[in-house]
Amino acid sequence: MSTQHIDVAAGCLPTHQLLNVDGKRIPDEELDHYLKDLKEADLADFLRDMVVLRRMDNEATALQRQGQLGLWAPLLGQEAAQIGSVRATEADDFIFPSYREHGVAWARGVKAEDLLSVWRGAQASGWDPNEVNIACQQIVIGSQALHAAGYGMGIKFDGGKQVSVAYFGDGATSQGDVSEAMVFAASYQAPVLFFCQNNQWAISEPVHLQSRTQIADRAHGFGLKTWRVDGNDILAVYAATKAALNHARNGLGPTFIEAVTYRMGSHTTADDPTRYRKSEQLEEWKAKDPIDRLVKYLHEMGADVQSYEQRAQNAADDLAAKLRAAITTMEDPKVEELFTNVYAEKHEPTERAAKNYLDYLADFEGGE
Amino acid sequence: MATTMLKALNKSLHDALDEDEKVILLGEDIGTLGGVFRVTDGLKSKFGEHRVVDTPLAESGIVGSAIGLAYRGYRPVVEIQFDGFTYPAFDQLVSQLAKLHYRSRGRVKMPVTVRIPYGGGIGSPEHHSESPEAYFAHTAGLRVFAPSSVEDAYSMLRQAIDCDDPVIFFEPKRRYHEKSTAELLAPTPDGSPKAKIIRPGEDVTVVGYGPTTYTLVDAAKAAEDEGTSLEVIDLRTLDPLDIDTVAESVKRTGKLVVVHEASRTSGIGAEICAEITERCFDYLEHAPLRVTGFDIPYPPSRLESHHLPDLDRVMHAVDTVMRHNEATEGAAK
Repeated sequence: MSTQHIDVAAGCLPTHQLLNVDGKRIPDEELDHYLKDLKEADLADFLRDMVVLRRMDNEATALQRQGQLGLWAPLLGQEAAQIGSVRATEADDFIFPSYREHGVAWARGVKAEDLLSVWRGAQASGWDPNEVNIACQQIVIGSQALHAAGYGMGIKFDGGKQVSVAYFGDGATSQGDVSEAMVFAASYQAPVLFFCQNNQWAISEPVHLQSRTQIADRAHGFGLKTWRVDGNDILAVYAATKAALNHARNGLGPTFIEAVTYRMGSHTTADDPTRYRKSEQLEEWKAKDPIDRLVKYLHEMGADVQSYEQRAQNAADDLAAKLRAAITTMEDPKVEELFTNVYAEKHEPTERAAKNYLDYLADFEGGE
Repeated sequence: MATTMLKALNKSLHDALDEDEKVILLGEDIGTLGGVFRVTDGLKSKFGEHRVVDTPLAESGIVGSAIGLAYRGYRPVVEIQFDGFTYPAFDQLVSQLAKLHYRSRGRVKMPVTVRIPYGGGIGSPEHHSESPEAYFAHTAGLRVFAPSSVEDAYSMLRQAIDCDDPVIFFEPKRRYHEKSTAELLAPTPDGSPKAKIIRPGEDVTVVGYGPTTYTLVDAAKAAEDEGTSLEVIDLRTLDPLDIDTVAESVKRTGKLVVVHEASRTSGIGAEICAEITERCFDYLEHAPLRVTGFDIPYPPSRLESHHLPDLDRVMHAVDTVMRHNEATEGAAK
């Protein structure tokens, strides 16, 4: 099959873009309303978040190269999709992320070193889901969409006002669990937002291998209110997410957002994208960079961009230095943790296995 | 008054729904219909459609959404309609449900009960007669319950729902209509069920669970007529596996026969035989034997009587371990 000139069906949904690549504001009849409370200071915060996140991501890649992390999954290029969406949620909306949503977790208050500790292999998870209202990160593609659907069913059944949010990528839309999740959420009209970052690539597989229609059109077919947005346009992402959450909170049921973006880095640090994609494509997307675009818009607005950029840079430097120090001095977990939390309640075979192994290790201590 | 296992299970679910508003039932046809076996009969009309939830036909969806509900503080009890329909939910069971407590470092509890009517002997088509328990006993993080008696069906289901760990709860469907006059008692709060010696004996330890337990009691009665005394142990839980009770018995009898409907290779019987060989090697008078379903896909129902361990095959194994005993004694004389 040729990878050239693949015609993906144009679909029936428009792609919302509120900032074009030159940072010019494009009016949007449907979504502009959701930006009315955003002040210049909020945009400056968006800029800071994206700059810090990109720095954290680069630092993590460097730490992996230096042997400090076992693996890292870069999010380079997806900063607007992650920050724009998570900043639109309320703190008690519950999020079910995949393994690449570092920006989502970090924006909710998870420390960078706790995020990276999982990729170092020092911890099974980096945060308490009940503290930050984010589930453990999911590695099996798409499985978390069903957890989000179930959580949303619970909100519906107990009359809560929150929204359950599932994050996943274009590849995940081929998984049965994602389809089942949309069926369940639609059947019970549960307050669930399915947020798909279509970053064009599932490791080496281009998006047209997953879907010959626009992904957003598929969701539409499950009966979900759906938006397709430019995922590198933080205003479009933020506004569409606000609209979707609003829809759910008004009792109107589940929604779907396809944020069209691009994975500028590798799938993980173990991947080599030069084996499957052309550098021209990367260059094309660099021109659509989400951070550059917001900077251009701030200039358009006449804001003091230099001071905002300086502030963002300082925050990024600070985070990177602290992150590096924390990771390079992070202690390995104690061997007892092997057997801890396998079960919540007493489980004699696990206790016996732990005791046998620890006794075995103790035999060597201070030995011959 | 005699109660059937179906009624005991129904009452167990009823009482759990009644006592804890976070208990929620999910499954295909469990609401309006009351389940294809009627285990949930009448529960939707009493507790409402938000407590007894008819789901779309998607097993992964049922288990996966139960996980999401548990994240929100519910105690879901899901029904998989038949054993052979469990596998579409395999990822959600073994990679999600089983591992979330460990993955979250103990911060997220998964008090989810997965009810699975299992086993053969009811003349059904393919996928309606399987015994998939070994997959789940092999998976760390899951508990596996397999009651056999009417009283246990009630109390162990209550225990499963009360447990903060996920429990795969296997219901012996061909025994659904067994009756008992015993009182249905709420479980004691401490600990999970232990194996139980349901018929004491001296010559051979025979171990089973779920539907085969009844066959073992029949075998013990038949053996008694021939002058052989069988000690029958009902395992009740397959994880945790109560090897202590089995080992204590084998140390007295010196002989072990393990019986299950599931296939032989890498099954529960293999695990028990290995554990007993390690712990009771010096007490054993004969190699432990297994009487199991064959290593074949579940056969067409006109052949299932050959596949399922019956009284004759159990007695044959008992005779084998006893004959060796006689020969040894003869040589010693």
